[in-house]
Amino acid sequence: MKTSLLQVEGLTVRFGGLTALSNLDFKLGEGDLLGLIGPNGSGKTTCFNAITGLYKKNSGSVLLRNKEITHSSPQNIYRNGITRTFQRLRLAIGLSVFDNLVIGDAMHLNTSIYFNVFRRSNLRADIKNRLEQAEEILAFFNPKLIDNIYQPIGKLSMIDRRRIEVCRALISKPSVLLLDEPSAGMTHEETRDFMTDLMEIKIKTPKLGVILIEHEMNVIERVTDRCIVLSYGKKIAEGDYRDVSTNKDVRAAYLGED
Amino acid sequence: MKKQDKYLVTYCEILLTSTITTILVVAFLIVEKEMLLGAIIGLGILGFFIAKGRGIPHKIDQVYREHPCVFYLTIVSPVIIAIVFCRHEHFALFMIASVAIYATACLGLTLQLGYTGLTNFAGAAFLGVGGYTVAVLTNQSIPNVLVILLGGLMAAIIGSLLILPVLRTRGHYAALVTIAFALLFKTFLEINDTLGGPQGLKIASFKFFGLDFNEPLLGSSFYLSYVIAALLLMLVVFIITRLIEKSWLGLHLDAVRLDETVASCFGINIAAWKILAFTLGNFFIGLAGGLYAQMLGHIAPTNFTFADSLILISIVILGGIGNPLGVIPASFLIIVLPEKLQFIQEYRFLLFSILVILVLVYRPEGLLKRGLRSFYRTWGRERKLEN
Repeated sequence: MKTSLLQVEGLTVRFGGLTALSNLDFKLGEGDLLGLIGPNGSGKTTCFNAITGLYKKNSGSVLLRNKEITHSSPQNIYRNGITRTFQRLRLAIGLSVFDNLVIGDAMHLNTSIYFNVFRRSNLRADIKNRLEQAEEILAFFNPKLIDNIYQPIGKLSMIDRRRIEVCRALISKPSVLLLDEPSAGMTHEETRDFMTDLMEIKIKTPKLGVILIEHEMNVIERVTDRCIVLSYGKKIAEGDYRDVSTNKDVRAAYLGED
Repeated sequence: MKKQDKYLVTYCEILLTSTITTILVVAFLIVEKEMLLGAIIGLGILGFFIAKGRGIPHKIDQVYREHPCVFYLTIVSPVIIAIVFCRHEHFALFMIASVAIYATACLGLTLQLGYTGLTNFAGAAFLGVGGYTVAVLTNQSIPNVLVILLGGLMAAIIGSLLILPVLRTRGHYAALVTIAFALLFKTFLEINDTLGGPQGLKIASFKFFGLDFNEPLLGSSFYLSYVIAALLLMLVVFIITRLIEKSWLGLHLDAVRLDETVASCFGINIAAWKILAFTLGNFFIGLAGGLYAQMLGHIAPTNFTFADSLILISIVILGGIGNPLGVIPASFLIIVLPEKLQFIQEYRFLLFSILVILVLVYRPEGLLKRGLRSFYRTWGRERKLEN
């Protein structure tokens, strides 16, 4: 039995009269790669926003390594080891790749005014360490990215931006990584390359738990161990892809069959 | 050796730009004949477009990045030459000092608007807080330099009154809060009798270790001392602003401005950073206000109207939002131009507005665009050297 990382129980999120997420339960163990699928508007991103503390939960609980984080702030949830990417890329376009990466490890940066303004030589040594750290994470994910470290994000291709966003989420060595539809806006070839990189990550950090929101079913089939299907905020199926894809409810939700 | 030749050409171009700019600026400050002034402005505009065509702004940026010493030399020496040339001209010196003071205040706004994304339309009000603090305290037996520091401190403290509404609102609404404060502040000054009401307050001369700033310095205009003080203040504030930008602090402020959601998801305490930037920015504006009041010798509510706040914001936008270097030429344009164009009476504001619009249409990122952050001098070049 794997050690449990994330445990979600009865998670419910309402916006006014609309129940976006209703009584969701699931568990994520160390090294799991869990797929989260469902039609548009079924509550997948809401689930991420609720776990990371951006949305208030109406009921239910979220435990990370048996520690209650249900009502923690997004800042504390990050410090406890959950990081994420966003469906619509949310990198700082005007900043360099290095700036974007290093902000991912914000909790370990020394932000005292005295240190930053008056201890410049110490700061410089610190920056050089961070540079090595950033190069390390880029090399870890995809060595081709290292040459771009001083470039502005705006100069990178879509797939490289996605990769940078994942690196930003990985640089603080989280225990849970939430990937919100990383294939959005990418071609099939790019998606395939990206997923290959993701599998590399899984091999290199065997204890990392990943939840992946994805629309491309072949991706889900290829990379996930297990998946959860949401429809109208409710979990309608859970299991490995082959079981889920033949499930009657799932077919009804996706194809409108009765 | 082709690369060195290219550097030489770039340096010559920058040196030439700097020389021509200095000559134009000094001539513009001294000349009073209308025709000549018009010609200088024409030459300035022409020169700007030629420089733009040759990609000078980009080159300046590059040289600044790679060789700050050379770059600062091309700024500092013209300023010294200009001051020496104008040492007997009260008006020209007054203008130079005003530009430096406004630029200092705009560095405070750069911290707030440029880095953190906090729109502060109450710049002139904080300038006023600094000014009135100095006006009230100079007649006590407190050293003058300390009084100016207290002016900055007071602006920071009064600014903290606004923190709660600024943190609770976003975007346009936060801007509205500061507009309300700016209007409120001026009304408060006008009806407050202990602060002199609409007539304002007189301020005793600035004394620094026995040196009276209202006495002529070395046989020159008495404004010379204020010019030096203002430039020194600007330099110190400029260096601090740059150091903040080139550190983890600047990175955090950028993260807060660019995307609060992402910043929260990476553990950044949005409120704390906004408070830091707002308070420090107001402190700088207050310092500038204190020195400004000292130089004017007499302040009244009309010195700190909402229109002045707009001027501060337009300097920041014209200079290039987030580029501390840009506020210096921008405050020169915005402060000096309307003063020198007085011969065409109220049309000067029309002309002046057209000029600002033209600059923003043809260079929407401002005179000097903010580049990528370089944490230290050799930033980004180590990799190139390895290859």
